[in-house]
Amino acid sequence: MSAPGNIRNWLDQRFGWDELMAFLRHKTVPIHRFSYFYFLGGMTLFLFGIQVVTGILLLMYYRPVPDGAFESVQYIMTRVPFGWLIRSIHSWGANVMILTAIAHMFSVFFLKSYRKPRELTWLSGMILLFLVLGFGFSGYLLPWNMLSLFATKVGTNMTAQVPLIGHWILVFLRGGEDVTGATLTRFFGIHVAVLPGLATLLIGLHLLLVQRFGMSVPPSVEDETKAHPEKARELRFFPNFFLRELMAWYVALAVLGCLAAFKPWELGQKADLFASAPAGIRPEWYFMFMFQTLRFLPANVGPFAGDFIGVLVFGVAAVVWTCLPFFDNDRRGRSTRWFTGVGIFALAYFVGMTVYAYLGK
Amino acid sequence: MNLGGFCRNGRAPRGLFPPAFLLCGALFLASPSSLSAQTKNTCLDCHSQLDAPFRVDLAAFAQSIHAQKGVSCVTCHGGDSTSDDMSVAMSPAKGFKDFPAREQVPTFCAKCHADAAYMRSFNPSLRTDQYSQYLTSIHGQRLAKGDHQVAVCVDCHGVHDILPPNDSRARVYPTNVAETCGRCHANAEYMKPYNIPTNQLALYSTSVHRAALVDRGDLSAPTCSTCHGSHGAAPPGVASVVNVCSTCHVFQAQLFDSGPHKDVFKSLNLPGCVTCHSNHGIQHPTDALIGADKGAVCLQCHSAGDPGYETAAKIHARLVQLDTSIARSREILDRAGQAGVEVGPAQLDLNQAQDALTKARVAIHTVELESVDEDINAGLKVTDVTYKAGESALAEASYRRKGLVISLAISLLVLVGIALMIRKVESKQ
Amino acid sequence: MRIDSQENSRSLQNSGSREPAEPARRPFLELLLGSSIVASLISYLYPVIRYLIPPAQAELGPDLVVAAKIGELRPNSGKIFPFGGRPALLILTADGKYHALSAICTHLGCTVQYRPDLHEVWCPCHNGVYSIDGANISGPPPHPLEAFDVIVKGNDLYVQRPQNT
Repeated sequence: MSAPGNIRNWLDQRFGWDELMAFLRHKTVPIHRFSYFYFLGGMTLFLFGIQVVTGILLLMYYRPVPDGAFESVQYIMTRVPFGWLIRSIHSWGANVMILTAIAHMFSVFFLKSYRKPRELTWLSGMILLFLVLGFGFSGYLLPWNMLSLFATKVGTNMTAQVPLIGHWILVFLRGGEDVTGATLTRFFGIHVAVLPGLATLLIGLHLLLVQRFGMSVPPSVEDETKAHPEKARELRFFPNFFLRELMAWYVALAVLGCLAAFKPWELGQKADLFASAPAGIRPEWYFMFMFQTLRFLPANVGPFAGDFIGVLVFGVAAVVWTCLPFFDNDRRGRSTRWFTGVGIFALAYFVGMTVYAYLGK
Repeated sequence: MNLGGFCRNGRAPRGLFPPAFLLCGALFLASPSSLSAQTKNTCLDCHSQLDAPFRVDLAAFAQSIHAQKGVSCVTCHGGDSTSDDMSVAMSPAKGFKDFPAREQVPTFCAKCHADAAYMRSFNPSLRTDQYSQYLTSIHGQRLAKGDHQVAVCVDCHGVHDILPPNDSRARVYPTNVAETCGRCHANAEYMKPYNIPTNQLALYSTSVHRAALVDRGDLSAPTCSTCHGSHGAAPPGVASVVNVCSTCHVFQAQLFDSGPHKDVFKSLNLPGCVTCHSNHGIQHPTDALIGADKGAVCLQCHSAGDPGYETAAKIHARLVQLDTSIARSREILDRAGQAGVEVGPAQLDLNQAQDALTKARVAIHTVELESVDEDINAGLKVTDVTYKAGESALAEASYRRKGLVISLAISLLVLVGIALMIRKVESKQ
Repeated sequence: MRIDSQENSRSLQNSGSREPAEPARRPFLELLLGSSIVASLISYLYPVIRYLIPPAQAELGPDLVVAAKIGELRPNSGKIFPFGGRPALLILTADGKYHALSAICTHLGCTVQYRPDLHEVWCPCHNGVYSIDGANISGPPPHPLEAFDVIVKGNDLYVQRPQNT
């Protein structure tokens, strides 16, 4: 028997290699006009992997102390060979990953892939999305520059609007009453230990659920295949779908490489806790729609502060959106069309507010 | 404190009364402001209602330094401000003096302001030499000769609305002085009898000194009074111009004195600094000011063939050489920075070259090539290094691009390979 | 490339039957794909390995740097040292006290120096003079120089931005 055959045999006896291969061979992906959206999840997973690798590399030089954080990032950007590349890919990759995660979420929403029995898949996915936003928020502070310091001040300040426990959350996040070096240490811990741990668990669960139930087919396509079963088409996951996914990954890496080479991520000015806020402080683009909304709100709505109403509405909306599959389980009723309308509004609101925030200065 | 209670019930021990009385009296004396507020000032009652020239603006007077320090109408004008009867209030018997005629104004103010002992009671560091200075000024001398057009105290300081000179609203605050002098000196009609230029304010408004004073807010930058004096205002003579400028431009003056120009200028009766830099409209000096080209001030005296002409041309060339060299370094570093390579340290080094150029531009006041060369060479040494840093940063940028292209080419190859593979796998299925 | 290309649009029931591949094309394609993937992995790993090898130059310091060694400065002398990428001046006075100041003249940004003959800090560009505490004494400088703390630790002199409390 040849050497590769031996190894395969050995592996098969230890943990059922052939069985695993057989599973992969038999796994299929349904083919229809919306199949392109199936790539988004895999792309997000790939970008998460990039973040893990580049993040670990950055840990080799980064130092999470107020007197050294900015300097260590500066060191990475100027002195370490290819440090500019690693850090730029980490920063750009984070943004692209959040974009694909949001796109993945909306595609799942509009294709109604969250219906029974996939409620838990949606739920775990939504929690993953919040974790990803948490990654973005906590990572933004780590270079310890002026912009990130003040964006963090504003961002953490919003949590104080939460009733009863708001102030406690604020103190918990900041590691004190104010954003200081203690906040940096805390955000670092959250960014590199807490969130990765939680995210790994949830990704495992999410993938397990996807494998367990297979890919969801949108209701409209489902109806068509019921009417004409001979038209139902499928694609093998391995190698057919996997090879296509691989192409998309290569393209994604090439895009990140170009962004890093032509537009390395900025360093900014070192954070100064005693300086007054610079003009044009803003959060990352994915929080812009909330930032812009809070700007629009009047100082007081009835007996409540405008910010409180804003935080309350966003909080309720997030909870409702997360629990969506438990409201919208009706296969094709009036309510399901109503939910699509809500989704279109939400997407339009997100895009509209974000664009407005950047254009309408 | 419960003195009232003691008094009313009359049970207080006798011994307590004298101290209590004294205490009341002390309190009374210790609050002069509340006292004066109650004291009536019949002068202002009328004069705040009258028309010019008898009008006194109450608000302006209240903010003036005199009112602030408790100097009231009678302190200067005499009379009795407590009497409602005009003939009593303004009776010469009460010491009333009419407002002074123009030629009387300096002595009127000097009564207090030249009295060192009296002024010390308000502020021990106040100067009291204004009147004696004024007598030496052109203004004071002409006034003595009966010219009533010249400036007297009130023309610059105001009358009832006088503000201290460190109040930014005062007409004698540094940023306002030029306008104040210009009220007369920029008025061609008014200045006609004196036959002197009236373009000083217009020139000064374009000058580097005004820009420093007003635009940059540097209160140590000169205005009219810095060079001409304030109370002793007079044009500085030819011989003393260098001394005036050198109070700030010490280094340039020292270098000028050490060079050959000093004696030559003296023999030609040329004023030092002004000969090249002009006076009121001093512009930020450029390297074009020195040299043999059109626009160079050296050409006023030197012409082709004489050694000074040659030296001027050489000095100019050296300055331009370093300036261009700095610009070249800056340009390449900026280009590298835009290409995404961090060039902060090299840009910091470049500041040393800029320092050297600044020093060289000061050293030209010796008008000797050797002393300029020293700084220029030091600067050129720095720009050599920074230019090389810029070149290697650009090389780094192109290295990054090349690396990207290679990796993109490989990726493309992989993509083609996968595409072919898919097609092949699927053609079999 | 379209996902639902004609070839794979058939249902997968008969996908188990495999025909032997043409012997000439297969090794070529697999060689191409395999080697290009290996090349791409190398192109990704190369920067990573270079990144992991630390550069010779030590890390950029925080707001605390070693300015000099004990005994490096003679009494009544000064030394320019880099502090956060900008020049700073360390002075040892004649009576044995250390002072550290920003060396950037507040007038036009030239680098100042210690003048042993004057016992003062002097800017050569426009003859600005500061005291050894950084106060602007004469000449054009509009503001004092920023002063830093000097700390002696073992054999080293550390200079630190004053800690706001």
